[in-house]
Amino acid sequence: MSVQTCLAGQKATIELTLNGQRRSGKAEPRLLLCDFLRHELQAFGVHVGCEHGICGACTVLVDGRAVRSCTQYAVQADGRDIVTVEGLAEAGTMNALQRAFAKHHALQCGYCTPGILCSATHFLRETPAPTEREVRDMLSGHICRCTGYASIVAAILEAADAVSRGA
Amino acid sequence: MKSASVVSAPAASRRWVGAAVPRKEDEALLTGRARFIDDLAPLPGLTFAAILRSPHAHARILGIDVRRALALPGVRGVVTGREIAEVIGPIASVVRAPFAYYPIALDRVRYVGEPVAVVVADSRYIAEDACELIDVGYEPLPAVADLASARAPGAPLLHDNTTSNVISRRTFRYGDPESAFAAADRIFEFSYSYPRYASTPMETFGVIAHFERAPDRYTVWSNFQGPFVIQPLMAGALRVPGHRLRLITPPASGGSFGIKQAVLSYIVLLAAVSRKVGLPVKWIEDRAEHLSAASAASDRLGSVAAAFRNDGKLLALKFHNVANMGAYIRPPEPASLYRMHAASNGSYAVENIAVENELVVTNTTPVGLNRGYGGPQFYFALERVMEIAARGLGIDPAELRRRNFIPADRFPYRAPAGAVFDSGDYPRALDELLRIADYEGLQRRREQARRDGRLFGIGFAAGVEPSGSNMAYVSLAQTAEERSRGERKSGANASAVLQVDPSGQVTLRICSTPNGQGHATVAAQIVADALGLDPADIDVVTDIDTLTSAWSIASGNYSNRFAAIVVDAVAKSARQVADKIRLMAAEALDATPEEIDLSDGYARVRGSNRALPFRKVAARAHWDPAGLPPGTAPGIVETAVVSPPLLGSPDVKDRVASATTFGFVVDLAAVEIDRATGILHIEKYASVHDVGTQLNPKIVEGQVHGGFAHGLGAALFEELAYDEQGNFLSGTFADYLCPTAMEVPPLDVGHIETVSPANALGAKGMGDGSSMLTPAAIANAVADALGRDDVTLPLTLQRVWALANGREYERAAPGRRATPRRTRVSGGALNGGGEIVLSAPIAEVWRRLLDPNELSAIVPGCRTLRQEGNDRYVAEVTIGVAGIRGTYGVTIDLRDRREGQSVRFVGKATGALGFGTGSGLVTLQAEPDGRTRLHYEYEAEVGGKVAAVGQRMLGSVVRFLLAQFFDALEHRIHGRRRAWWHSLRAWRTLLRG
Repeated sequence: MSVQTCLAGQKATIELTLNGQRRSGKAEPRLLLCDFLRHELQAFGVHVGCEHGICGACTVLVDGRAVRSCTQYAVQADGRDIVTVEGLAEAGTMNALQRAFAKHHALQCGYCTPGILCSATHFLRETPAPTEREVRDMLSGHICRCTGYASIVAAILEAADAVSRGA
Repeated sequence: MKSASVVSAPAASRRWVGAAVPRKEDEALLTGRARFIDDLAPLPGLTFAAILRSPHAHARILGIDVRRALALPGVRGVVTGREIAEVIGPIASVVRAPFAYYPIALDRVRYVGEPVAVVVADSRYIAEDACELIDVGYEPLPAVADLASARAPGAPLLHDNTTSNVISRRTFRYGDPESAFAAADRIFEFSYSYPRYASTPMETFGVIAHFERAPDRYTVWSNFQGPFVIQPLMAGALRVPGHRLRLITPPASGGSFGIKQAVLSYIVLLAAVSRKVGLPVKWIEDRAEHLSAASAASDRLGSVAAAFRNDGKLLALKFHNVANMGAYIRPPEPASLYRMHAASNGSYAVENIAVENELVVTNTTPVGLNRGYGGPQFYFALERVMEIAARGLGIDPAELRRRNFIPADRFPYRAPAGAVFDSGDYPRALDELLRIADYEGLQRRREQARRDGRLFGIGFAAGVEPSGSNMAYVSLAQTAEERSRGERKSGANASAVLQVDPSGQVTLRICSTPNGQGHATVAAQIVADALGLDPADIDVVTDIDTLTSAWSIASGNYSNRFAAIVVDAVAKSARQVADKIRLMAAEALDATPEEIDLSDGYARVRGSNRALPFRKVAARAHWDPAGLPPGTAPGIVETAVVSPPLLGSPDVKDRVASATTFGFVVDLAAVEIDRATGILHIEKYASVHDVGTQLNPKIVEGQVHGGFAHGLGAALFEELAYDEQGNFLSGTFADYLCPTAMEVPPLDVGHIETVSPANALGAKGMGDGSSMLTPAAIANAVADALGRDDVTLPLTLQRVWALANGREYERAAPGRRATPRRTRVSGGALNGGGEIVLSAPIAEVWRRLLDPNELSAIVPGCRTLRQEGNDRYVAEVTIGVAGIRGTYGVTIDLRDRREGQSVRFVGKATGALGFGTGSGLVTLQAEPDGRTRLHYEYEAEVGGKVAAVGQRMLGSVVRFLLAQFFDALEHRIHGRRRAWWHSLRAWRTLLRG
């Protein structure tokens, strides 16, 4: 069943690119993108924190833009290019942003971290040399209950430096 | 004090302990490969549960009809409270209350969000659909949502067989408080209320439950954090022997801060559901469920009195604490009142203390562990009254504290109520605070600000941070006589199992169920030092499986117990392995064990070049038992179980050594308040900690910052709010405001280090401290800025503005008359009114308003509507509020009907997502041009999920629905000929309100 003709209760076939690979799966029209990515495509790095678009834990990149996957339907992702935390770096490695998070102890339980990494990835592409205030402003779309944010801000600022130096 | 533990490795061999070693946990978390409870599918054929919850604060359940839910395709079963009670008993508590706690309502609901039925289905989506198809008949009962109304004479009672909602009252007396108060020069008093809030871990609760027969046994995977003293209580409720309730935790847990202790209720509930439906069941809580019904820090009413000599000497303290337990007492409550009890002197050398504790039940969610557990409430009382006293005595608040601190030469210090403070140097920590905060500079700024008419204030808070709780302290809720009749309790067991496998690889297993605190990293540092290895070489397993782990009742993650006690077990197990390796290496290298050093992966004979790789030595224990030194057991599996010997039972005078280590925290907050806007700006926040040996400074730093952010949230934003009827109002993260990166100010952190004698590492537990003291420090700074003491948390913008401008702050004012054209929401109550001109004469408007066919066409979301008798309509309406769409059964009665002039509609709506009652008076008036002016006023009250999650939007939703209603009415009047801008105009008129 195509996405266009799918009715409530029926399942459409969604085809998309997930972390560089062509993937497909079935989704009812009402299935949330986060649930589709997690339970249909096994992208368990997508974390669901509030299901109402505020905490930001479920943020993924859709065509390069940071999007909350709990306030999107899976059918909206048909044909899109999706990157989750699993796809930010080559398997078995970490990119400069992830390394900066580890270095600055910018995560404790790590539950909110995948969403923050995705938002920061989009943000740093658009704002390669951010001020601390800009980083905090971007980060205010995420709730982290462990860190108090200071270490996350430091990590993103350092990653911005590393990225702009081409590291 | 001489501790039973011996200091193991000499300081020189400490290569890893004390270093900011990168966390072992991080890479899996940063690459999305860490596994949390909802990532697990440990069994084939998993089904998914959703919980139908009470929309009422207090109601009798008249009946539950599950037929429509069961008929939904994909539904595998529906279980009600009555059916659950066939297979479980109540969950016991330490307080003997005349009522039982079940994890689901049986015949009466007592708080919004209380489980009423559980649906099991092939998917969570279907299970949630089916919840909406369950018809529950409720008879609402009067509710008491706050402490004051619950304690009032004649208050509605929550539980049968009680005569009061105050279910326990205990008084304590240490020293001679009466004489001290009588002899005092000055007495300062402070009364307060402390709000209810919660640490809201980003991962919600999750449970996978599986019941099997022959023998009857339960296996439950969950992100429960302990304490595992609750495991026997759960097994008891499930009516199986302890070992037939197997609890397993997932490898990762997304934060807890105490809250995930309350998963216990759902472990019991879902286990019973699995038994009833005969299927393995997974349940993942959603955020609205979490905020409304998971758990919370206990809100309190209280007062404190402090007796002083004129020179500032604190002679005595008197506390009256009234704690809200919620609707039931869920274990380990009432521990929140007793966690700080043995340290009721705070950080002061005060000998005379009186405490009166009351436990109260209200129509709110049961409370439980939350970061700081009882500490924030306690220090809000103690540290506010110290600040008030400083002002009254004319002594600088830092100086007043210094004069009363326990002197550095008095450690170990036995506090009047029994706590034994292990080590400390509070004056030195205060000096460090004043230095890093530049107190003198801040005082000058304050003087300048005050000269300029600005509001600038400085506040302090100081306190001890009890860590590694004695499991017996909660029995202080019983009298000594009651305790003497029960089994004696004491101690705080911790275990570690260190194993070296046949290839020489090292794996440590501990039962500390971390939720982000980096236990694996720190434990590996300790083992690496003892065995001369690199922490990267040590694998650490922190998930618990009660069938295979060396767990005990104190296992789990709470009261900062890792660095206070668990590390001692780790160090001991590592010492045992090191001893065995030395013994074997000595034999192989022809030396004595004392001559063997373990370093860089080798066992070396000191002062020679004879050495063997660690792995090779260890492997022999497996491959060549016959060649081992006499008396050496084959293999290498060393288990260490410790309990700090100091932690005995409470004595007859209600004294108990309640915790193992006592860290120290002293904070300074400086704030400036903008009188015009109420904006509170934190100009400086500095915090100095004594955590003993810092095992990993990076992790210590992270805990301090995180605890501070929780304290800040409590001070400024967070409140789990209920209205007077017990409707819950904070059901989303848009209503319950957590600090974001924009709100958390810079934090200056300092440290002093007094080594603790309580464990082999010299470390103290830490992590709670800042969350305990930040609320008090900020309140003190605000009180100083405003020159008033009636400072209540959270210090929201509105509240600060009201305080700064001498206005009364009102959060909820239900039933208030609204100005026309405005919709006003306060608590779950709504009222408003307005008018609109319709382009038809009165007679036609009147006819259409009362015609069921017309109404069914114009009522927004109306699916069916029929008339019953002359004055009643019955309808089914679908409405969405704040993203939750639900169908409601509606009855509308017509009252006070004055033909062609006015009529009152009195309505009642109920649905799975909530309920509402309301009444609206519609008056018609002829306009000169043949049109009709319709005037309306309404009052409504909304409860249930709709009130909890849609609170902010209810006003606009009502206006929006009214706009739709009148727009449709106008549309019917004009048929399809009307131009689009008419509709636009009507909307604008209404939405302007």
